Amino acid sequence: MPLIRSDKLPVASDGDIVMVRQRVRAMAVESGFSLVDQTKIVTAASELARNTLVHGGGGTAELEMLVQGARRGVRLTFRDHGPGIADIAAAMRDGVTTGGGLGLGLGGAKRLSNEFDIQSRPGEGTVVRITRWR
Amino acid sequence: MADVDRIPILKMGHFLLVSIQVDMHDRLAMTLQDDLTSSIVKNRARGVLIDISSLEIVDSFIGRMLANIAAMSRVLDAETVVVGMRPAVAITLVELGMSLTGVRTALTVERAMEMLRGSVGEAARRGPADATDPV
Amino acid sequence: MPSNAGSRVVQVLDKHENDLLTAWVDQQLKAPTLRRDLIREADVRAQSQEFLRRVRTAAGQAGLDTEAARWEAVREHLRSLTIERARQGFTPSETAMFVFSLKEPLFAQLRQEVGMDVTTLADEMWAANVFLDRLGLYTTEVYQQSREELISRQNEEMLELSTPVVTLWEGILALPLIGTLDSARTQVVMENLLQRIVDSGASIAIIDITGVPTVDTLVAQHLLKTVAATRLMGADCIISGIRPQIAQTIVHLGVELQSVITKATLADAFAVALQRSGLAVGRRTQA
Repeated sequence: MPLIRSDKLPVASDGDIVMVRQRVRAMAVESGFSLVDQTKIVTAASELARNTLVHGGGGTAELEMLVQGARRGVRLTFRDHGPGIADIAAAMRDGVTTGGGLGLGLGGAKRLSNEFDIQSRPGEGTVVRITRWR
Repeated sequence: MADVDRIPILKMGHFLLVSIQVDMHDRLAMTLQDDLTSSIVKNRARGVLIDISSLEIVDSFIGRMLANIAAMSRVLDAETVVVGMRPAVAITLVELGMSLTGVRTALTVERAMEMLRGSVGEAARRGPADATDPV
Repeated sequence: MPSNAGSRVVQVLDKHENDLLTAWVDQQLKAPTLRRDLIREADVRAQSQEFLRRVRTAAGQAGLDTEAARWEAVREHLRSLTIERARQGFTPSETAMFVFSLKEPLFAQLRQEVGMDVTTLADEMWAANVFLDRLGLYTTEVYQQSREELISRQNEEMLELSTPVVTLWEGILALPLIGTLDSARTQVVMENLLQRIVDSGASIAIIDITGVPTVDTLVAQHLLKTVAATRLMGADCIISGIRPQIAQTIVHLGVELQSVITKATLADAFAVALQRSGLAVGRRTQA
């Protein structure tokens, strides 16, 4: 699938999460997303970036602008080499969060995206990929 | 990104007013939470008004911050009202599954002040109820 | 096809760009199928020149792989050209022909360049054929997509006209929904309602579904999400016009409406809204 542009950002600090939000916003605007769609993907990115930082011990975020015929999309891939997730199904379930639980992060990001994929194994880190189409 | 150390808290009589205008990083949000709590105590505030009309994004972290502030203020005998949530933000929060129970909201500052002073016609409601839970 | 097939095509594009352009424009202008009613000669020249220039640049950098990132500038050009032509009234075939018509001059140039080497000529002509086919087909895809978007935009505009948000009283809005609701339509309508609430400062919105024949799970969920979003913003929603059949469907679907105020008629909903706003309707006493 043709890529117009891709950007790789570090996710190692609070400030990096803000940077990811801003860059995803710029990409969504450039892809012609509606305001609501922009808000959804930026919010999903914020959730996943935070997971990468807080639970994954830091990692990277890859931002890609996609074109499929005349359809435009934004694809985000969050990678970390942290502890990984043992029970993905449980992690996807929204729970009551106290402080920094995975709680709404994964399930919420999935609901806010058109496509969602997660690969994770204990001790092997986590890769979460979401795509939103215009 | 503007390098903001703290979000300013304004005092208006018995009320505190906070206007969040920047894309806050997590630490700044935690600092705001702490600052507000101290300020409520120090000023013996009866109400807190948080203006989020400039916020384009409210994720689960900020949402939790708002819920925490509302809960803590209540313990300190003050009421919190969140003002000016944008439609796109509201739609996204619902999709995210955030219920923000315990957080009272208002469309405008005027409406919020009415609520804080004890509104006339409307029975005071405790935040958006269970309709916000994912269906 | 050998892996370096297309290399002579790239060379021709590079060395003979001007000759190619002249021959190509000539051919387009001479073609009986040219839509002189829709396009001027000067525009044919300008578009052809731009296209050829971009193709030359892309081919020079990335060969004839039209899907490569370096070809984005070519696709971008074709995209805007196609959308413009669609708007002007060209058919998809006429638009694709713009690209396909480059084949003849390109083949002619290749024959000159490659000479008697029949095998190489065949391979190179094939490579040229393939990449131009891809680009021509791309225009039809874009054409299709742009028509769909136009139709969907027109639908939205019609929607806005057919689902006006009405101010019943200061602070009380009503949204009477008419006709079948599909997921996309409901979302658009709901987003508009939320914006109207902010713009008007209304504290109560009544969504009336008297005119909606059926409600499925998706629509019911959208309604509930709208109510939830309204409350998050600091206003509230009442749903009115729930007919017995719809009530049955909702219960059957297991959709929880407990915390949402529902009324059978718009009038009932209005009464509740007035009450909650601290207003009352009174009869004037005769003097």
